[in-house]
Amino acid sequence: MAIEVRIPTILRTFTGGAKSVEGSGDTLDALIADLDAQHAGLRDRLVDDAGLRRFINVYLNDEDVRFLGGLSAPVKDGDTVTVLPAVAGGMR
Amino acid sequence: MLTISRALIDQVIAHARADHPDEACGVIAGPAGSDRPERFVAMTNAERSPTFYRFDSMEQLRVWREMDDRDEEPVVIYHSHTATEAYPSRTDISYAMEPSAHYLLVSTREPDETEVRSFTIVDGVVTEEQVQLAGGGVE
Repeated sequence: MAIEVRIPTILRTFTGGAKSVEGSGDTLDALIADLDAQHAGLRDRLVDDAGLRRFINVYLNDEDVRFLGGLSAPVKDGDTVTVLPAVAGGMR
Repeated sequence: MLTISRALIDQVIAHARADHPDEACGVIAGPAGSDRPERFVAMTNAERSPTFYRFDSMEQLRVWREMDDRDEEPVVIYHSHTATEAYPSRTDISYAMEPSAHYLLVSTREPDETEVRSFTIVDGVVTEEQVQLAGGGVE
């Protein structure tokens, strides 16, 4: 068993085109570190010094991880993590 | 070039007018790889702001999963500018993450005339494209 991570089109350059990859860890932070070890550069697109990047949405199963503790959210085998870039903009 | 039905354009304009002076936003889904916008999905602007928009994150997950299940993709991503022209702002460009999408902008700054323009935004480069009206409506 592992944790399935669904990757958006814009980040598939890091996963060799794969729509979903697998990783492991006890927390989202550890999972992202494990993914970065397999797909170098991915972490930097998801996380900055302040935590999860503001315009990247990460969901654990059906919840936005921001409501589950962000990077410290606990994850376990069988979970599905979905990454979606926020759709945003403005007039300035 | 974006080929789209008049009916879909009218739905986008109606949404933009209804939410004015806040920015309105949404997607038009179509079969993956077809470049054909067919299914209008108005999204909630979680910012409820006249100067900024952001899809509500939970609604986005639901709509993106629905598109996945139907083998669709976001062919058009639309939003309105309510006080400026229908041209991508610096903010729009920096957050544009769908290189294959048509970014449709409408301006509601004039009360009785709505400017509608379409762009692709790839790696920070904006290219305006022609909007071609498709013959019939979409059922």
